[in-house]
Amino acid sequence: MMRRVLCIVTMMLAGALFGSTAHAIDPLPFKDRAEEVRFQNLARQLRCLVCQNQDLADSDADLAKDLRKQVFEMMRAGKSDAEIKDFLVARYNDFVLYDPPLKPGTWLLWFTPFALVALGAIALVRILRRRARAAVSEALARGTPNDNRDDDW
Amino acid sequence: MNRLLPLLGFFALVGLLGFGMWWNTKHETNEVPSPLIGKPAPEFTLPLLYDSTKSLSKADLLGKPYLVNVFGSWCATCQYEHPILTEKVKPLGIKLIGMAWKDPPEDSKRWLARFGDPYDAIVSDADGRTGIDFGVYMAPESFLVDAQGVIRYKRIGMFTPELIERELLPELAKLRQAKP
Repeated sequence: MMRRVLCIVTMMLAGALFGSTAHAIDPLPFKDRAEEVRFQNLARQLRCLVCQNQDLADSDADLAKDLRKQVFEMMRAGKSDAEIKDFLVARYNDFVLYDPPLKPGTWLLWFTPFALVALGAIALVRILRRRARAAVSEALARGTPNDNRDDDW
Repeated sequence: MNRLLPLLGFFALVGLLGFGMWWNTKHETNEVPSPLIGKPAPEFTLPLLYDSTKSLSKADLLGKPYLVNVFGSWCATCQYEHPILTEKVKPLGIKLIGMAWKDPPEDSKRWLARFGDPYDAIVSDADGRTGIDFGVYMAPESFLVDAQGVIRYKRIGMFTPELIERELLPELAKLRQAKP
């Protein structure tokens, strides 16, 4: 905990001092800007397994360094982003991806919010209908005092 | 009835959050389930810790089940697990392979000299590549591999006597049953 706080404070200080954006910490021998951008972009989509709320680009964990090196070498070996992601998913599960893929195991994750909104909408419509019906029957009751009131609640 | 609905909704939410809290105390929330269980263990060839001119590979280990224990001299939890490996796991008769992960061999050796060596063989994965292939992300971790080289079980974190009883023993029993 203390280390994490220290880490954050240090990073904030460094950020304030140098005004730089967060970058993968260890210098990798990128051949050009495009390669670096691709690497940073990829590393930001991957989760560090050690500090699990950080992405690979951000983490100073030792394993994150190794994984960055691995990603870099695979890029150099001509692998596509998808291949690199597959490589990591095969070892560390979908959990390494910040954007979880849509598949039966993640349906709950993806669809629960929509299901809740739908449920809310259904409830809302039902309540509004009932109110409208109640208002109508009330008006009818007032208009024709002898009419039977058919309140259903 | 309708007036009670919000209250019921509130209690449903409290129930859900309460369940979440209870569930979190029962589960290790940082644990990433390994996709490798039920799959062939990754191929590896690693130098032996005590004789780096020799190496041990997956092929050498085929034919008998074994337990790979990932450790490192830098790993504090490993010190707690170590006596448990010696006293509780070693007597089970399963071949115990130590993998010194991301650890300079000299450090591993010094550590083992101090805390004892329960392993049947120790390989050194100093650069951590094989660890990545196994999906290792912390230490200690342990992998139970069957005679055909398939990973049957993974423990993330240290073994405790209770976990050995509850998880490792049933897995070992299954392996014994599977044997013709």
